[in-house]
Amino acid sequence: MDTAIIIEKGIFIVVIFAITMLFAMYETLAERKIAAWFQDRIGPDRAGKGGILQPLADGLKLFSKEEFFPNTPNRFLFIAGPAISMSTALITSAVIPWGDTLHIFGRDVVLQATDIDIAMLYIFGVLSVGVYGIMIGGWASNNKFSLMGAMRASSQMISYEVAMGLAIIALVMMTGSLSLRDIAAGQHGMSWNVFYQPVGFLIFLVCSFAETNRTPFDLAECEAELIGGYHTEYSSMKMGFYLFAEYASMFISSTILAVLYFGAYNFPGMDWVTENWGANATTWIGVLVLFGKICFFIFFYMWVRWTIPRFRYDQLMKLGWKMLIPLAIANIVITALAILWSDGKLF
Amino acid sequence: MSIESLSLSGRKKEVSNKKMTFMESLYLVAIAKGLWITLGHLFTRKVTIKYPEQTRSLSPVYRGQHMLMRDDEGRERCTACGLCALSCPAEAITMKAEERKPDEKHLYREEKYASIYEINMLRCIFCGLCEEACPKQAIYLTKSRVMVKSASNREDFIYGKEKLVMPLEMAINNTKPQMAK
Ligand code: SF4
Ligand code: SF4
Repeated sequence: MDTAIIIEKGIFIVVIFAITMLFAMYETLAERKIAAWFQDRIGPDRAGKGGILQPLADGLKLFSKEEFFPNTPNRFLFIAGPAISMSTALITSAVIPWGDTLHIFGRDVVLQATDIDIAMLYIFGVLSVGVYGIMIGGWASNNKFSLMGAMRASSQMISYEVAMGLAIIALVMMTGSLSLRDIAAGQHGMSWNVFYQPVGFLIFLVCSFAETNRTPFDLAECEAELIGGYHTEYSSMKMGFYLFAEYASMFISSTILAVLYFGAYNFPGMDWVTENWGANATTWIGVLVLFGKICFFIFFYMWVRWTIPRFRYDQLMKLGWKMLIPLAIANIVITALAILWSDGKLF
Repeated sequence: MSIESLSLSGRKKEVSNKKMTFMESLYLVAIAKGLWITLGHLFTRKVTIKYPEQTRSLSPVYRGQHMLMRDDEGRERCTACGLCALSCPAEAITMKAEERKPDEKHLYREEKYASIYEINMLRCIFCGLCEEACPKQAIYLTKSRVMVKSASNREDFIYGKEKLVMPLEMAINNTKPQMAK
């Protein structure tokens, strides 16, 4: 491990961190704008040109709010809740391949913080720790609505993680690797996984909505029944952290969707670009393409949010256990048969 | 035709409690339809009116802040009869009557006038009954064409004569076309 690599990775991590933060910030604006457009309104347009400074104004407002502590014996856990949410939302980005290799200053720079061969497991692990932020925050609030919101979030998370894992197994069977870099590289050109695993993609998509606590699965913060759910007692920047974590994890989840199923940084005609403009051009365009896909998925998240009402809790559980899990298992069996068949081992 | 199956609007729908099939219970088709509808709204014309810069045009019968009218010679029409206060369902109007002095003939039309006339705009429901009750056509809600402004203080909503009586310039303007004739 030489110093150059440490500097290189350090710069890269800082850049990714900044981009994630920027995305999370502007997702809040995008959400409000898109919500407005779907409802035939204009949306916030007063702060800066077309509302471009709105996220800063929101942040400033949250900072200047009164810091409120409920009468709770768990002050430490009360602070730890949003902190856990925020950090787990951010550290997932470590294993994501943001682009192919770049040749600059005579070095091969891999656009990925770290390429571990169990990246899939890592992501799953971090995602399931994410629910602790909500659980701990809701528990420490010393408020029954918060607790119920937290309980809902965790049981929902557990239910949908099963289906999500099963959907991934089919994908891993196909690609034969748990490393995101291999999965991304395997989707060269236009051979994206979504074309081979459409059912798996749908299951994964639905579960992603549940994992990020977005509508139609945002029962953890169902205003009609639970006031604010797990963040009822939170105010000021701790509240801001929870909201920010939600947007950050939406960004990360969109990235995972794009990497796993929508061909990561691959785009049709990339061989032609490599031949004519060189490998670096392909990499740069690939990064842009990846961010384009991410933006599409973020938009899709918001699109769904302003289309579908929230599920009822029993519908949510039924959908998770009785629909998605059987479907995911059937998907695994069919994938297995298809792999055997294409290898000529069947019949 | 039985009465149950009649549908005058043509939009009647039978409610059914049939069990959903597996495909339906995944909600995929329904969600795709919904997404298509909302996507259409993304591109429709926006209906927002950017308020302080743009204002919605008021209809001719819009009932806004009251105005105590002046007659052709610029004299206040109100004679402090109190009928408006009596008719007001919200108890919003109070006034105090005064006798007109001989040298005030150019100020007030009748021999009795309101020295104090107050409307509490927080109580007022803008029903217009005061306007209907007035025998002297002295109070109108449709003439001022202004909405009651917001304020941070309850006392500020009690409007006295200085705010309610028609401004003199307006009365002068109103008489101008007639003088030209
Ligand atoms: S508009 Fe109606 S409520 Fe208002 S002062 Fe006149 S009578 Fe009273
Ligand atoms: S406004 Fe009309 S009804 Fe009211 S006191 Fe004056 S004259 Fe009478």
